[in-house]
Amino acid sequence: MDKFRMIFQFFQSNQESFMNGICGIMALASTQMYSAFDFNCPCLPHYNMVYGLGILLVPPFILFLLGFVLNNNISMLAEEWRRPQGQRGKDPAVLRYMFCSMAQRAMIAPAVWVSVTLLDGKCITCAFCTSVPVETLGNASHPLLSQGEVQRVLAQIPCKEIYNGQELIANEVAVRYLRCISQALGWCFVLLMTTLAFLVRSLRPCFSQAAFLKSRYWSHYIDIERKLFDETCAEHARSFAKICIQQFFEGMSTDLVAARCHLPRKTSEDAGEASKKLLGITDRGTMNMALKSWHRCKPPLHLHPPALPSGNGWAGAEQPPVHPSTPRRETAAYYSLV
Amino acid sequence: MDRFRMIFQYFQSNSESVMNGICGLLALASVKMYTCFEFSCPCLPRYNMAYGLGIMFIPPIILFLCGLILNRQSLVMLDEWRRPQGHRKKDLAVIRYMCSSIVQRAMVAPVVWIIVTLLDGKCLICAFSGSMDPEKFVGFANVTPVQVEQLLAKVPCKDDELMRNNTSHKAVSRYLRCWSQALGWSILLILIVAAFLARWLRPCFNQASLLQARHWSNYIDIEQKIFEETCCEHSRLFAHKCILHFFESMRQEIKLHNFSLPREGERDEGEEDLLQGITDQDQVNKLLKTWYYDKPPL
Repeated sequence: MDKFRMIFQFFQSNQESFMNGICGIMALASTQMYSAFDFNCPCLPHYNMVYGLGILLVPPFILFLLGFVLNNNISMLAEEWRRPQGQRGKDPAVLRYMFCSMAQRAMIAPAVWVSVTLLDGKCITCAFCTSVPVETLGNASHPLLSQGEVQRVLAQIPCKEIYNGQELIANEVAVRYLRCISQALGWCFVLLMTTLAFLVRSLRPCFSQAAFLKSRYWSHYIDIERKLFDETCAEHARSFAKICIQQFFEGMSTDLVAARCHLPRKTSEDAGEASKKLLGITDRGTMNMALKSWHRCKPPLHLHPPALPSGNGWAGAEQPPVHPSTPRRETAAYYSLV
Repeated sequence: MDRFRMIFQYFQSNSESVMNGICGLLALASVKMYTCFEFSCPCLPRYNMAYGLGIMFIPPIILFLCGLILNRQSLVMLDEWRRPQGHRKKDLAVIRYMCSSIVQRAMVAPVVWIIVTLLDGKCLICAFSGSMDPEKFVGFANVTPVQVEQLLAKVPCKDDELMRNNTSHKAVSRYLRCWSQALGWSILLILIVAAFLARWLRPCFNQASLLQARHWSNYIDIEQKIFEETCCEHSRLFAHKCILHFFESMRQEIKLHNFSLPREGERDEGEEDLLQGITDQDQVNKLLKTWYYDKPPL
């Protein structure tokens, strides 16, 4: 019992640390993904904007959804939300608390991606290179260039090798300008996110702290209850399986005795545990028959009390197993209408 | 009991160590962030100052807020500050002590950023190159004021085509970097002397009230931790009882509707207990369905 208690305390205190750990790993994964990703600006007038903004906004959305998928508690939230009310009322505050804590953790990796992208500058440079103010930074009065031509030349700014508008506007000047804007946006975004996180965290104790403690307790309770229930079911399944298999072997050995008219040898007192565990199967042929029967005709999921004859009918493999429990089945059927 | 005592002593001594550890990690993170960050001065007349000073001051604000967020004690302090008085009086000295220790720890990473920035020099060169007096430097003579402004703004960008042929930019850079590093070292010296004096002179003033404040702030922290642990323990026991009652009630209902009583078999008592009288696939299915559709009341 002590061991269980310690393990559960570990899980409880560690559920949050575990979730925080996953959060941190995803944030690191998003920076790694960004550095591994080979950014290739198309350097064409309309494609630039789509590509740049796509790289800025689509991966964060994917990371956000992934944050929900990787969170174990999402199934718990869904189950609690969709269950019928029954005898236990539903508390929307608990559901809100669970959803908020999951959403907050899922927001971290996308925020990291957006910050890293903005601070690096390539996306914004690619997306907005055609909007560079040529009048202030370069020679707007360059002759013989129509608006479309200017746009085409400006679109090539991110691709230094093919850029041929040096007279219009110097490549380094434009890139520095765009990168400066991008980094300013990036730092402002990080500041905004941090301020929001700080406000959320520090204003909460000022309002509804008692309600918060309540929601947190009950959401942990639901989690623990689910785990304990699964544990109890697992234990039950183990015992069920053990007895089922024991009864199967007992049935086999009874049938063996009946079929071969061999009386089981009285095992001497000192034969002990080992011979008991053999369950009456002591040669290869019998074992092979037991294994074949197990495969072709598993016993029903019904543990009968030991006094009843267990007609598992392995000897005739085509015979369906006999259920001695027809009256009980009706009872169970009655149950299912409740 | 001994084990609990050891664990709590660990928490006690470790609350401060954990916070110091987080403080140190944030400081390292700020250095790492600075080295990873690709500083690129825009080299345009008005943008330089905004960019340079922005890079110098906005990340410290972010690091300060992060230091407050990551510190668990800030929540404890806010809790203590905002709670209704009830039966327990509030001691403002304790709250002040907690506040000052939190703020001191949160200030470490921003200060590290500012010092690293100043010692490196790029920010100050970018911010103040446009404010230099051109007469101090050879190479800016015979140039119109507008051009001077442009040239000075381009000093931080060594690779710019205008700067490649102009050697005075090195003079401006060196001058600004010298000022920047001097400022950085001075700030570092002042802070260390202040910390030294504060630590040495503290025992001379109000040591008793300081000890009291420290004791009670630790107490509040530990009390909060123990309360959370007790709540966990309680919810575990609650869940355990709830599930046992559920199985028991299922067993009662099955007994009621079964006309054949379960026989006393040669089965182990232990196994019988674990099975809770549920020995059939349909019974198990029924149990699981009831668990979903009709959870027991709390």
